[in-house]
Amino acid sequence: MPESIIEVRDYRKTYGDVVAANGITFDVKHGEIFGLLGPNGAGKTTTLEALEGLRSPDSGALAVAGIDPVREPRKLRNVIGVQLQSAGLPDSITPEEAMKFFCAYHEVAPRFDLLERLGLSEKLKDQYCTLSTGQQRRLALALAVAHNPRVLFLDEPTAGLDVGSRVELHDLMRELRASGTTMILATHDMAEAEEMSDRVAILLKGQLVDIGTPLEITATGAGLTKISVHTQASSLANLDVALPAVDRRTTVNEYDIFFSTDIGPTVSAIIARIEAEGDTLIDLRVERPSLEDRFLEITTAGGAK
Amino acid sequence: MKAFIHHFAFEFRTGIRNKQLLLMNYLFPLGFYLMMGFVMANINPPFREDIIPAMIVFSVLAATFLGIPDPLVNAREKGVYRSYRINGVPAISILVIPAMTTIVHLIIVSTIILFTAPFFFGAPLPQSWLPFFLASFALAFACSGMAVLIGVVSPNSRMTVLWSQLVFVPSMLLGGLMFPYSMLPTVAGRIAQLLPATQAMNAFNGLAMRKVADFSPWGSIAALAGCGLLAFGLAVYLFSWDSHNTSRRGHLLLALLVLLPFIVGILMSL
Repeated sequence: MPESIIEVRDYRKTYGDVVAANGITFDVKHGEIFGLLGPNGAGKTTTLEALEGLRSPDSGALAVAGIDPVREPRKLRNVIGVQLQSAGLPDSITPEEAMKFFCAYHEVAPRFDLLERLGLSEKLKDQYCTLSTGQQRRLALALAVAHNPRVLFLDEPTAGLDVGSRVELHDLMRELRASGTTMILATHDMAEAEEMSDRVAILLKGQLVDIGTPLEITATGAGLTKISVHTQASSLANLDVALPAVDRRTTVNEYDIFFSTDIGPTVSAIIARIEAEGDTLIDLRVERPSLEDRFLEITTAGGAK
Repeated sequence: MKAFIHHFAFEFRTGIRNKQLLLMNYLFPLGFYLMMGFVMANINPPFREDIIPAMIVFSVLAATFLGIPDPLVNAREKGVYRSYRINGVPAISILVIPAMTTIVHLIIVSTIILFTAPFFFGAPLPQSWLPFFLASFALAFACSGMAVLIGVVSPNSRMTVLWSQLVFVPSMLLGGLMFPYSMLPTVAGRIAQLLPATQAMNAFNGLAMRKVADFSPWGSIAALAGCGLLAFGLAVYLFSWDSHNTSRRGHLLLALLVLLPFIVGILMSL
């Protein structure tokens, strides 16, 4: 089993004068969830479509499980599963028919257990156009995984889902990962990307501007750790000495908020100061910079690290 | 084969489940048939002789040109083809199966017309059944092929309606359904020969209903079969998986080649 199941090398695609992908290179390792992030028009869909065999690149090389998506589309079909963002199903098809229909084309037995697992067993005979957005997305996911693909492409999988369905879908994703399925997750939901992805790539204007684990990506930014402190006597409010590693501070309601470049010395100094003042600590919260913070930092800076 | 059966079964059920298709496949043809039978046969008694072929031709025109292209365009615009492509559904299935299920619906409607027209309106049954079925099938094959081709080349739903009506309306006026082809002026007659309806009525008259054909009835069947073959072939060739229908193998004007068998027929009859 190769280490990388997806390889993208110097992928370039243009539409007229618009450069949708400009020399994108990355690998996805076997069994990982790989987040593909970027604002609209960043090149996510163009990259996904190339990997799914829907678009041929102008230049560069792509491989999914060793298969060239352009030259071997038939071999690719049974290796990948795709949960599309848009409908992708006829209005009048029922979940039962759709499951039979797609499984027949993949030459596997219908997986009605998936429909039950995703809460669609009551809707087997209902037409697709009568299903709610969440039900449509769950059906799309069930169809995408019914033939046990080695690589699963998820395009905004939780958009329109309620909290329960979202949790169920994330559980299913974890199960699939545990069973060795590799997933490419294209999403605008940074919290979801941070929670679910082993690694993420950030695309901007057709270029890959950052790649790594969510922790690595947040660590490369100028992000400061936010330390919020609430004490009984508000002894930190009139602090006249500088605390170590604190870049700036502010007060919101009853909380003193410190933005630190190194939380260890800062927190130690805060606690020592509270004790020295004879004050009592009520609440202390440490918030590391999120993937969303880093994403916004990158996209507002135009891609500069 | 299993995939084909599931696809066919779903498309067939769609023809009844979808209100627009139910209208075009059954309600409109049968409603028009009843209206024409009760009204036209009383106003113009000789029309009784043409009820069966004329109403079968009308049913085929409605179910194909008004029923097939729009769902094809809608599915493409909604990204259904993209999903089909990812899951390995071949283009030929996307194009041929809706045509096949429409033909099954037409067989049902034609059977209803065949069994009820003599009883309700005193319409004569065909004298020769084999040529009758042959002409009916050739017509359905040609019209469903042309309808699929319209769905393939049409850029959007609005244009689909326009293209479909461009065939449907002249077929109603000049196709020999309302009045005989022989009553048409020469130029209109030549234009009428470009329409599948005219060719079908000519074949019915000359081969099945023991009336006089205005031009070679076997030539009409050959032209319809040729048109159908060309239409399906061109539809597969010009088919685009793209939701915006912008990328394809050949130029859209190639679709006009579908009229070639009729043009050859006109030239041969000069």
